[in-house]
Amino acid sequence: MNSKDKYIGHYTERIEDDSLLVGLSTFVDDVHLDHMLYAFVLRSSVAHGYIKEIKTDKAKTFPGVHAIYTGFDIAVEFNHQMPTIPIRLAPIEELKQFKQPIIAHEIVRYVGEPLAIIIADSLEKAQDASEAIEVDIEARPVVNNWRSSAENLSILHPQIKSNIGTIYHAKKGQINQNTSQYFQRKEVFKVHRHTAVTLETRGLVANWDEDLEKMTVYGATKVPFFNRACLGETLQISPKKIDMIEVAVGGGFGVRGEFYPEDFLVPYSSKKLKRPIKWIEDRTENLLGTNHSREVECEMEITCEANGKIVSLVANICVDAGAYARTSVTTVPRNSAQFSSGPYDIPNIDITSTVYLTNKCPIGSYRAPGRFECDFFRERMFDLISIDLGIDRVDFRRMNLVKFNQMPYPLARIDNPDRYEELDCGNYQTTFDRCLKEFNWEEKSLLQGQKIDGKYHGIAIGCFIEGGGAGVKETAKIEVNEDGKLNVYVGSANLGQGIVTVMTQIAAEELDVSMSDIQIFHGSTTYLEEGFGSYHSRATIMGGSAVLIVAKALKEKIKEVAASYFQCSPQEIDLLPGLISSFKNQTLDLSKLGRDTLFVAGEFPCKTNTYAYGCAAAHVSVDEDTGKVELIDYFTIEDIGRIINPLTAKGQAIGAVVQGLGGVFLENLTYDDQCQLTVGSLADYLLPTATDFPIIRAMELEEHPSQLNPLGVKGAGEGGIIPVAGLMANAVSNALSSKGVQVTELPLSPQAVWKLMQ
Amino acid sequence: MRNSEQIKFKINKEEVSIKVDSNTLLSDCIRHHLLKTGTHVGCEHGACGACTVILEGDAVRSCLILAKQVDGCELTTVEGLSKNGKLSNLQLMFKKHHALQCGFCTPGMLTTAHALLSQEPGASYERIKEVISGNICRCTGYINIIDAVYEARDYYR
Repeated sequence: MNSKDKYIGHYTERIEDDSLLVGLSTFVDDVHLDHMLYAFVLRSSVAHGYIKEIKTDKAKTFPGVHAIYTGFDIAVEFNHQMPTIPIRLAPIEELKQFKQPIIAHEIVRYVGEPLAIIIADSLEKAQDASEAIEVDIEARPVVNNWRSSAENLSILHPQIKSNIGTIYHAKKGQINQNTSQYFQRKEVFKVHRHTAVTLETRGLVANWDEDLEKMTVYGATKVPFFNRACLGETLQISPKKIDMIEVAVGGGFGVRGEFYPEDFLVPYSSKKLKRPIKWIEDRTENLLGTNHSREVECEMEITCEANGKIVSLVANICVDAGAYARTSVTTVPRNSAQFSSGPYDIPNIDITSTVYLTNKCPIGSYRAPGRFECDFFRERMFDLISIDLGIDRVDFRRMNLVKFNQMPYPLARIDNPDRYEELDCGNYQTTFDRCLKEFNWEEKSLLQGQKIDGKYHGIAIGCFIEGGGAGVKETAKIEVNEDGKLNVYVGSANLGQGIVTVMTQIAAEELDVSMSDIQIFHGSTTYLEEGFGSYHSRATIMGGSAVLIVAKALKEKIKEVAASYFQCSPQEIDLLPGLISSFKNQTLDLSKLGRDTLFVAGEFPCKTNTYAYGCAAAHVSVDEDTGKVELIDYFTIEDIGRIINPLTAKGQAIGAVVQGLGGVFLENLTYDDQCQLTVGSLADYLLPTATDFPIIRAMELEEHPSQLNPLGVKGAGEGGIIPVAGLMANAVSNALSSKGVQVTELPLSPQAVWKLMQ
Repeated sequence: MRNSEQIKFKINKEEVSIKVDSNTLLSDCIRHHLLKTGTHVGCEHGACGACTVILEGDAVRSCLILAKQVDGCELTTVEGLSKNGKLSNLQLMFKKHHALQCGFCTPGMLTTAHALLSQEPGASYERIKEVISGNICRCTGYINIIDAVYEARDYYR
């Protein structure tokens, strides 16, 4: 913390908490509009098949039913050009062929795919009517994993003639084919399908105003401006005729706020019926249809010198992407390849990452997409190699970490579209040593492999990088209210991460006003001309920098206006706390300056990502009889450049670790061989509870501020989760070394660990 | 056929009389009929605890109870924990400890904790953890929630 700072860097209780604590925040299901109707979506119970017929005649006669629309109805209306969901991130022509239609038409490709939307006076009536819809689907053979996808025996998208979505290549240096003088190790690793499972399910309320020819959608989040463009394009109305309104959001983690089929179907129905319509996903629908993630298999080969210095990393990554290429389909396959080397100095890299289409729910970003997966592969590989070479795994990592004087350090270049990135700055070694010290590695090392009271003890350490601040820009606006308070508008969205408090701290610091003089408006499309939202740990970096820029500009503007009042030059004006202009012995507060003229809009453009970095260490015990892994200690440390609010930064770190632990030990989206999802509720999709992982320690550092933005901040929302899988797999393997156990697959459920011990 | 019946109960010390269908869930009655939307629904089958309310002093899941079952009873929801818009001490502790991020689970956490501390003001750290483990939070990792409840004990003694 800068000692002069009054707000930034200070432990600051959150402004957003008050209304949440008294139950007065409005979440989307709390939005009630007059004459509102309710939507229920009928979904396919068949994973793959031709839609022969969907008969709705009888259902339409049910009491309270206003309309039922099927894929056929919508296709006819759009001249058989079924609207599709665009790819938001790194879109390429190849993948666009696999875009998801906004409702299934002719072919269904996963269980849960929308077949019809029923609009009625109440949800119950819509649901009752849905049961009278007759669906005739001629089943086709299913593709239930990437291997059967690769065989191309059953083709999901017949017009393409292949189940391969695309193939990425991430390369650096040159792979030497003559490796006789080197040590090599090859291994196959697997991460299972799991996802964010926000506590609040998705939902929206759409209201078409026929008189104004205007659409209002409540419940927008993450990327409201992008989704407004999607809705405009699919509905064939101007985005200017659409307002996306952000309300309170019950968790994002990557999956929420993307454009899903219902984000078209509900507004579409509202426009047809000229009535407001609410749709709230139920938990089963949430598990069936909201983006899945993480299902990746990787064959990795690392070549190194006898002393452990890595020469090259080669990998073949296979991603089970589900049935369609949705908005963020590209993050898992691209990040798994591009960031495979993590914070390590690996001169030669050659990675292939293939997107396979299967008859499962489509994938998308889930907190640290691809990064969680490739960290597991790499860190697990490092421990295996250390054992092979007889090198201490701590020494192995320290030796291979990128050195301070190597910054900025190049990552592998990925194609399709081409992207080259560098690790911007930092001292990875000192953070690594700090982690060892804080964790008390030396003392805990004595426990490795020890059996105490029927439990084997193991420890592990791992390192990670966290990319943040996706471009291309963020926008902000600031204006002075009649009461002298400041309204600050920003294009970032609040997903629960606390941006209102963080943005207020930034604005108050720069303007030297009290935090209570600032009100933040965010997310909704009504505030700014454009906005870019919250994903890729970008809100504080991009939105925060935009707020800083408009705050600086406001100060200049105030000086200009005051200068003309005092008949002096702006440079002669001093700004006192509270934005009071001072010239010689005279002062002038905002009320004299014509408040309505004091507004500034601006933006922060940046195309270069920041890289936070850190380490984590853990101590576990494994029950010999049950295979249950108990977490005894977990320490995570990350240099995030600059800390705006230590309270929320730590909150992000700890929350992310626990979410990662859920993925490693509990959560599993399992499908049977007919691609029926076999989990349907939170009774069988297990999330972490308060007794599962009670011991997490997190430390945030600000030793190396980023030079890429005026705040010096880096991303901080995802670092906690990135190293969790590698760390747990290494700690369990370390504990069970006497039994020769080497974990290569997740999840580490008690059953899976018990099996490994046999 | 869904029969409807008139029921009366007290919610946050206020007497209400309302006509509900025999199959109306208490959570729907509170949220959609009484428009007290502080009580949230996360899973609809009693697994997540977001819909927890206090019924006759006990924390219960309002998605597992029919509205007609609370006829004649006394109920407290999150809206009843603060007075005149001022945060209660328990709520202040949640704020101090950053025990909420998205805040969707928070009403259930607060009602659960309030019922616990009202009955067991001396609850140990382990006991608090055990009781809180019935409620799911996806954001915080729980530690701050347990710390907040633990520190709030002082105000219940």
